[in-house]
Amino acid sequence: MIGRRWWAPWLWLAPAIVLLGTYLVYPSIDTFRRSLLDARSQDFVGFDNYDFIIRNPLPFVADTHSALLNNFLWLVLFTALTVSLGLVIAVLTSRVRYETAAKAAIFIPMAISFVAAAVIWRFMYEFNANIGTVNALITRLGGDATAWLQNTNAPYYWLIQEGPRTLPGPIQLNNFALITVGVWMWTGFAMVVLSAGLKGISTEVLEAARVDGANEWQIFWRVIVPILSPTIAVVATTLVINALKLFDLIWVMTGGRFQTDVVATLFFKEAFVVRNFGVGAALAVVLLLLVVPVMLISIRRFQFQEEIR
Amino acid sequence: MQAVKMPAGYRRAARSIPRAVGHEVRSLFVRLPLHATIVLLMAVWSIPTIALLVSSFRDPIAIAANGWWNAVTSPFEFTLQNYQRVLEQRGMGRAFTNSLIISAPVTVLVIMVAAFAAYAFAWMRFPGRNILFLVMVALLVVPLQMTLIPVLRLYTNITITTQVPLIGGNLFGVSSFPGIWVAHTAYGLPFAIFLLRNFFGSLPRDLIESAYLDGASDVGVFFRIIIPLSVPAIAALAIFQFLWVWNDLLVALILLGRADLAPMTLTITNLVSSFGSQYQLLTAAAFISMALPLVIFFALQRYFVQGILAGAVKG
Repeated sequence: MIGRRWWAPWLWLAPAIVLLGTYLVYPSIDTFRRSLLDARSQDFVGFDNYDFIIRNPLPFVADTHSALLNNFLWLVLFTALTVSLGLVIAVLTSRVRYETAAKAAIFIPMAISFVAAAVIWRFMYEFNANIGTVNALITRLGGDATAWLQNTNAPYYWLIQEGPRTLPGPIQLNNFALITVGVWMWTGFAMVVLSAGLKGISTEVLEAARVDGANEWQIFWRVIVPILSPTIAVVATTLVINALKLFDLIWVMTGGRFQTDVVATLFFKEAFVVRNFGVGAALAVVLLLLVVPVMLISIRRFQFQEEIR
Repeated sequence: MQAVKMPAGYRRAARSIPRAVGHEVRSLFVRLPLHATIVLLMAVWSIPTIALLVSSFRDPIAIAANGWWNAVTSPFEFTLQNYQRVLEQRGMGRAFTNSLIISAPVTVLVIMVAAFAAYAFAWMRFPGRNILFLVMVALLVVPLQMTLIPVLRLYTNITITTQVPLIGGNLFGVSSFPGIWVAHTAYGLPFAIFLLRNFFGSLPRDLIESAYLDGASDVGVFFRIIIPLSVPAIAALAIFQFLWVWNDLLVALILLGRADLAPMTLTITNLVSSFGSQYQLLTAAAFISMALPLVIFFALQRYFVQGILAGAVKG
């Protein structure tokens, strides 16, 4: 430490700084600049591209409202379902001897790609009830087969077939089918992290609650959930970021058709299919703006961890 | 999450102290719903993958005629034909090699560059250290989408079309393996630096300071003390990083357009859009892409889980 040259740390940091500067920092600034330029990044157009996203003038070509609402549905439903299922499974499996095997079964989808998961679930959702497992199950139980990835009806219409056929916005059967796949993939993550937190809860605390006459339900809600709430927050943050950045799954399963587009798939279409760099860049900036609050929370958490270190 | 840790054996014993005669039998009865729920959950989570695996070995005519569940009951008729077809005719063999060519060097590069930076962040004092590290943490969540248009524009301008011998593709820029190696390395860095810096920082201060006092240089401390002590963290990072690149679609979709350079994720995506309901091709192709991650998962589960736990911050 003593007598070290002032530039020594920078030498160690140089490769990382060069790479991050070239591939993350500079492009982010450039994307912001392009979001204020026209489709070919030549003339300044002010906030026209953002205006395009807000006004949604071409809903049949690039349905920006639907993409934003779908992201919102993903953010809420995917995060809530994944966290609660992960927590419930972590608690349940901690009570049996075959905990490791049970957790492995839930966790395996974490290892595979979204692309492979998309193929797996296209096969599960296949319309032909002689091929698709989900429709086979439903027809055996007396229901009607449905095209899970194309059906934009309201889920409850599919369930009871009464009342209005569609609901406004993203509440469509195919979105729910897609979110199911996301939950299937990520529950393992939530379970593993929460289960590690659960192992950290002293058995004495739980025994004390039992001795005081708390039932398992009360122990879950009044002891386990409050103690785990910081861990739940970490898991939820990660899932929210994933829900916002979601691309592969939608791209392979529906290609964003049948009103399943999210911001990331619409970005890809605008930037690399239509080649409208202006709107594409503006969509990327919107994505960043959605992520920033989550980023601030994680920085705050990091500073907090530093303080208690 | 600081708590008094009790040995696992003690905990289990404490839980199973019999309260009355016949407790075991009654407990099994009471716990039946618990076991049923867990077994049901395990089934729901495994069946999609099992369906894919079983179908990939079935005859194309059988797949189109009836569900995969029939393969388990009716006379066992399995074939390797589907795998042979996708590997030879649909380019999955080459795509497997491409996925390896892309993922393996990136993993090594990320660990090297990140370890250097993490060492500086953990054990060196320099002005701007904390701010720089916060920038790094902030970069963790920047969506790749924010960077893709400029990176593609940059690559199109600097593409060197000289063909690389053996592995193929351009020397740099678009449709080149070196181009995608560097891009993936940069994208992997924020998380890798974050993880390694936290691990390096938790190593015993006395050990490192006494090495400095004994006259060891930074290079000596790094290679002789830090790296050997960090093998578990590096293993976890390596697995995480390898799978992340192996499973990536977005970056390959933009930077590696050419079919002969495409990794498996891209080849499968193209198969889905051209042969959307030919499940004999899709199931076999998907399973080839899952094989290596599954092997890694089962062989190195402990490191895999550690990587996930450490990576809870990554988006």
